[in-house]
Amino acid sequence: MNKHFVSAFVTGLIFGLGLLVSGMANPDKVLSFLDITGDWDPSLMLVMGGAIAVGAMAFTLIKGRTHSLWGEPLRLPTRQDLDSRLIMGSLGFGIGWGLAGFCPGPALVALGTGAPKAIVFVVAMVAGMAIYELIEKSRIKAVS
Amino acid sequence: MTIDWTSFTPWASLSGGVLIGVAAAMFILLNGRIAGISGILGGLLLPKKGDVLWRALFVAGMVLAPTAWLLTGPLPDMQIDAGYPLLIIAGLIVGISTRYGSGCTSGHGVCGISRLSPRSIVATLAFMFTGFVTVYIVRHVFGF
Repeated sequence: MNKHFVSAFVTGLIFGLGLLVSGMANPDKVLSFLDITGDWDPSLMLVMGGAIAVGAMAFTLIKGRTHSLWGEPLRLPTRQDLDSRLIMGSLGFGIGWGLAGFCPGPALVALGTGAPKAIVFVVAMVAGMAIYELIEKSRIKAVS
Repeated sequence: MTIDWTSFTPWASLSGGVLIGVAAAMFILLNGRIAGISGILGGLLLPKKGDVLWRALFVAGMVLAPTAWLLTGPLPDMQIDAGYPLLIIAGLIVGISTRYGSGCTSGHGVCGISRLSPRSIVATLAFMFTGFVTVYIVRHVFGF
């Protein structure tokens, strides 16, 4: 099997284990982090800090390169402008995140425990992504 | 604000964060891609030829993380307080808006900030802000 597929699987696995170790896969802990005016659990600041510290080294390492260490083309977003889609979408995401304590990664990890509530959340989330694709399709049709 | 020191898990959260950073680093250094979960998952809904397997394997790795964890011991706490109607609403919102805003906690929050992308920094501030506000309203205005 192609090594890129192996690394995709292993990356997903390490990412998932990281979410489990960190406590981010536990919605109750995520909500305690978002509850800054209540009994605040700052743990998730350290999750972000640890992840960004390591991530920043990698992105510094590949700066100026056009291909990955394995010769794959680097697919980095190039846009720099701040548009309303980015801002409205992100504001909306925070509302959904704050309602249940799940963002997409932890929801997939929770799905893997077989918890019925996690299954329902992931089905709704994928349905939401499908609704987005349908809206986009009709929007593009309306423009052309 | 009062800090909930009894729930604070600095070492677990920091090491989990480092693991997440390692995954993000591996993915850009080897596969040349951003480890953004909403984008990887959403891309499976309108599949393009040759663009499916790596996404499916990444998602499979995340979903299998709890199973891998179980080889070493019992899973960490995972408490989902939200009821089913709220999980469905939150899931739909997270699904639509992460696609609309081109990313979530992983793509914008970890990878985007790691490479100092202005769009991702704004996106992260936006979803953290509405996350805080949503939990404030739910817990302290409505008192759930």
